[in-house]
Amino acid sequence: MRKSLLALAAGLLLAGSVSAASAADKLKVGFIYLGPIGDLGWTYQHDLARQALVKELGDKIETTYLENVPEGPDAERAIEQLVRAGNKLIFTTSFGYMDPTLKVAKKYPNVHFEHSTGYKRDKNMSTYSAKWYQGRYIQGLIAAKMSKSGVLGYIGSFPIPEVVSGINATILAAQTINPNIKVKIIWANTWFDPGKEADAAKALIDQGADVIMQHTDSPAAMQIASERGKLAFGQDSEMIKFGPTTQLTSILDTWGPYYIARVKAELDGTWKSEDTWGGLDSHMFAMAPYTNMPDDVKKLAEDAQAAITAGKLHPFKCPVVGQDSKPVECKGGANLDDGQILGMNFYVKGIDDKLPGK
Amino acid sequence: MQLVLEKRAERSNTIALISPLIAIGLTILTMVILFAILGKNPLLALHAYFIAPLTDSYSLQEIAVKATPLVMIAIGLSLCYLANAWNIGAEGQFLIGAVAGSWIAVKTQGTDAGVWVLPVMLVLAAAAGALYALIPAICKVKFGASEILTSLMLVYVADLFLDYLVRGPWRDPHGFNFPTTAEFDPVATVPLLIEGGRLHLGSIIALLVVAAVAILLGRTIKGFEIRVVGAAPRAARFGGFNSNQLIILTFAVSGALAGVAGIIEVAGPIGHLQPGISPGYGFTAIIVAFLGRLNPLGILIAGLFLALTFIGGEQAQIAMKIPLDVTKVFQGILLFYVLACDSLILYRFKLVFPNRQVARGAG
Repeated sequence: MRKSLLALAAGLLLAGSVSAASAADKLKVGFIYLGPIGDLGWTYQHDLARQALVKELGDKIETTYLENVPEGPDAERAIEQLVRAGNKLIFTTSFGYMDPTLKVAKKYPNVHFEHSTGYKRDKNMSTYSAKWYQGRYIQGLIAAKMSKSGVLGYIGSFPIPEVVSGINATILAAQTINPNIKVKIIWANTWFDPGKEADAAKALIDQGADVIMQHTDSPAAMQIASERGKLAFGQDSEMIKFGPTTQLTSILDTWGPYYIARVKAELDGTWKSEDTWGGLDSHMFAMAPYTNMPDDVKKLAEDAQAAITAGKLHPFKCPVVGQDSKPVECKGGANLDDGQILGMNFYVKGIDDKLPGK
Repeated sequence: MQLVLEKRAERSNTIALISPLIAIGLTILTMVILFAILGKNPLLALHAYFIAPLTDSYSLQEIAVKATPLVMIAIGLSLCYLANAWNIGAEGQFLIGAVAGSWIAVKTQGTDAGVWVLPVMLVLAAAAGALYALIPAICKVKFGASEILTSLMLVYVADLFLDYLVRGPWRDPHGFNFPTTAEFDPVATVPLLIEGGRLHLGSIIALLVVAAVAILLGRTIKGFEIRVVGAAPRAARFGGFNSNQLIILTFAVSGALAGVAGIIEVAGPIGHLQPGISPGYGFTAIIVAFLGRLNPLGILIAGLFLALTFIGGEQAQIAMKIPLDVTKVFQGILLFYVLACDSLILYRFKLVFPNRQVARGAG
């Protein structure tokens, strides 16, 4: 009996090592996720993209992910664990993984890294992000049209340029419809915390906001808006099932095409370090169907989307006027240049609030 | 026939010794069943959890890195708990220590400050952690305020204070507004011990702390006092031991240790101050302290074991695609069994047969 058990154990271990050997021929691609894959927001969308990748190239690659990796001391270890498990291309999918990714990248020059939404690069570390402010602009138009109170509620995550440029794009668009539009901003100081996000939504509605927009990742705000009979925009992913009569649209992160392109490059041996910042035209994100609005608002949104995609409309068209009523220097000719948007650290005129840390 | 728990006449030392082993055995048994239900090979899964991380120097180093703050905080907490002083706020003391130490690092950034920077950071962190822990201790002694509540609430104060600093005055000017300080200078960084790894001087400090507290508890009058005040408060009073003084002392020591753990984490593996520097070390350390039965050596083992489950959990995620949630279930089950088995130290199972006579009489 004992002997057969031991034999069984040895057999199982052997089977394990054999399957490991056959997997060695495939390119191993690793992912580090901030939230649980079931967050129905940011991480969920990255994992959908990973699944699309597997569907497309599954016979040539093997993917592995680590979920719920905090942006602290654990991140560096998690990334290095993926390297040591033989992953040759690793996607780290949150801003806070920037320094840990860079540290590991320096240590393993033969492994390629892709860091999402950061600004530090190396010869084996690329960055990629999306011009979400384009989508925010469309949302601003819709919000101004749909708001009866003229007050928008905005749940911010962290006052980093990506979020600040989103707020500014929203307000610039809304002002073209209603010059007196007001926005209330609450900083949740988190990317994902359904409890905090729900509290923020409640507070915003109590302050008179009737359209809720968010830069945090869970559907909690959508649910609150739905309960209170208000309107809201989803974030990262399709959230209509949390507010069938509430969601106006949602910015959908669609990383799939980018992941597939980068992995193909890795397979072909043509991968090189790059900075990718794609917009509606390159399908780095998409807009969910425009719902719960009259046809004229829907048309307005669709027209704006078409104009932005075609490059005819730029959300940060000059002059962009700051809170001090002075126009911001126009480095991009007709509009602010990418560097100004990527480092955006000011509010535009019309936002009756102070940017944290300013 | 009925199965009841009956209080033992005195605590069973045998059970006290083997109960953690029973708990680990039961945990492994439960996990094997769970793995089988998940359709994973239980042997391979257990191998990934417990054996694989112990087989190479990289993982061993990572276990030590992860265990360092846990052990250091838990050692301090054990002194409090032995003296019946309930410090629940080690997380806050950890954060305040990190903040105080980082102050020097931030202020000397880019200057040609010498090797004195790191030692001063450590001392400041210890002092700040101790002072922060003294708030609930003094409130307890002077006003009778529950130290459990006050120390816990001060965690949130520390958390928001750190948040304010890295968003405002200490923010990296080149960090695109992200809430973090710039990377610390080399003189403000805890030195690494092994080239290419992450093992740092902090682990050595943790070992020294374990040894020092073991001597304190086992060989000194103060240690004896702490144990007597906790175990037999009345006897301690007759013995002339001042329990208030001990509350102050143990809180200060545990605060200092948590503070040092905080700055070591920030100036070591992280390299800069940011929000979220602790994934709940101050709270996990409470588990470590009890898992280690408030004994320094036990805490060292418990800290390493818990770190092993973290590292092993990651390797299981990578090697076998076992979800992270299973690691959390695993840690929960372990704690559950430890507590359950511990009740056998003071209680025992007994089969009770209903008394027929009484039953008949009643009927």
